[in-house]
Amino acid sequence: MTRTATRSPVEPTAVRQVQAPPPAGGRGRRRLIDQARAYAFLIGGLICFALFSWYPAIRAVVIAFQKYTPGSSPEWVGTANFTQVWHDPEFAAAWRNTLVFTLLALLIGFAVPFVLALVLNELRHWKAFFRIVVYLPVMIPPVVTALLWKWFYDPGAGLANETLRFLHLPTSNWSNGTDTALISLVIVATWANLGGTVLIYLAALQSIPGELYEAAELDGASLLQRVRYVTIPQTRFVILMLMLLQIIATMQVFTEPFVITGGGPESATVTVLYLIYKYAFLYNDFGGACALSVMLLVLLGVFSAVYLRLTRSGEDDL
Amino acid sequence: MTTRTLLSPATLARPRGKAVYWTVFTGVVVLFALAFLFPVYWMVTGAMKSPDEIAQTPPTIVPKHWHLSGYTDAWDLMQLPEHLWNTVVQAAGAWAFQLVLCTAAAYALSKLKPAFGKLILGGILATLMVPAQALVVPKYLTVADLPLIHTSLLNDPLGIWLPAVANAFNLYLLKRFFDQLPRDVMEAAEIDGAGKLRTLWSIVLPMSRPVLGVVSIFALVAVWQDFLWPLMVFSDTDKQPISVALVQLSQNIQLTVLIAAMVIASIPMVAMFLVFQRHIIAGISAGSTKG
Repeated sequence: MTRTATRSPVEPTAVRQVQAPPPAGGRGRRRLIDQARAYAFLIGGLICFALFSWYPAIRAVVIAFQKYTPGSSPEWVGTANFTQVWHDPEFAAAWRNTLVFTLLALLIGFAVPFVLALVLNELRHWKAFFRIVVYLPVMIPPVVTALLWKWFYDPGAGLANETLRFLHLPTSNWSNGTDTALISLVIVATWANLGGTVLIYLAALQSIPGELYEAAELDGASLLQRVRYVTIPQTRFVILMLMLLQIIATMQVFTEPFVITGGGPESATVTVLYLIYKYAFLYNDFGGACALSVMLLVLLGVFSAVYLRLTRSGEDDL
Repeated sequence: MTTRTLLSPATLARPRGKAVYWTVFTGVVVLFALAFLFPVYWMVTGAMKSPDEIAQTPPTIVPKHWHLSGYTDAWDLMQLPEHLWNTVVQAAGAWAFQLVLCTAAAYALSKLKPAFGKLILGGILATLMVPAQALVVPKYLTVADLPLIHTSLLNDPLGIWLPAVANAFNLYLLKRFFDQLPRDVMEAAEIDGAGKLRTLWSIVLPMSRPVLGVVSIFALVAVWQDFLWPLMVFSDTDKQPISVALVQLSQNIQLTVLIAAMVIASIPMVAMFLVFQRHIIAGISAGSTKG
């Protein structure tokens, strides 16, 4: 519906006379003024997006093919940055750690909040208490969470080993052991972030019409069957979106390894983003950092596109 | 009772159903207390133990003597007032810039039909798909030497404020909210002679209080919690926000003092959450199911 069409019937004639188009060329001028006004509102946000989102994305691709040191003029080096980064012994470790971290975070960090939300949705008492408590860790600054767990993981008097000793279980090296460091970080990330997933999933659960469960129960569906054939299909879209967002977020994990393990022991917890940070701020090699950024960007971009295509095509079958 | 869930009210009313329900309920309460509240308790009380007591095995559940010196030392030795103030300035500025510029841009995209509006909106939404953290290095280089004007925003709160405006999620929340506002109210205001700015200020914004609240909280939390970006922007120790300062100082400071500082750093956001919990939880739930 156009603007004039909705307006004209109610518009008083006096106003219309005021706004009546002046003779020649007035229409175009009026439109120009409208546009100028629209852009006056838009410009501040637009500049910020251009400078801090779009330009850096383009720049990452450009610098990835340059030898770049701040202060001196950049030099084109072709794919040298990529081959150099590729041959870095930490390159494979960083990718492997990031992928394993993402996978573990998906297994633990997705299953736990999913089950928690299912259970919480059945509880009829203390609803507000559960929601507040589960979201509390999300509100603690991530740096504090990381430092807190670094202390918990202390092999001596850390809470983690003290708990194991209290239960007469063998102690662990936690974040200080090559084998256990990565999973220790996954536990921290899960503890810190599951509140958000739980709340979002709870909201989705509450939108399921009760009649569906009633009908399923009348048909003799057991509890697990009701979860399988009602709950999961009904919340499929939210589950898939939460999964995608979590994968994208965990592929960019930085604070936990940086604060808790410093990438160690023996590169066991170096992640791709950590390696990007090292290239830029320890090696002063911005070309290498951007080459890594582009790889991460392309990988996540392709992954998201394929994921969205697959999940959307699945929707047509329903 | 509103709607029924997985379990029917009839099942829960049976004696066996009741027994199972209360067992599960108690289990969840204990689990939540141990998993989420106990670590926080451990942190708050750990800061009140003496340095000997905190290193002792097995640990004491309740401090033998309650020392407040951990907190007072942290406040004085780690320059917490300065770093907290830096964080407040950074968060408040980012919030103000976002509220003004994102709201104006969202209003323009929603109601003023700018040329190429669709393309611009597409470009903004595309940044949601791009992993933001992966672009911190080129973003850092941009902030270190802004194109055309060749100014550096490093060690300047503007280096936090301006990039914060490029928040596609908040802008989209606002734009979608404005889209839903009835057209005729705005048109009535225009017929009465109100300009675009006047319409935005006296008609649109008062109607948008809920979404402005959500965006404000998201904006504040994002800056307060951020670590990697302020770590890059502020190499100058005096200007660092509390998150960066904590990590930098954590190496050579007594454990009880560090833990006290961690508690102090957490208080503002946790307090804000407890005050606005109803709105925050409602915002997360609503924003996600619709989005």
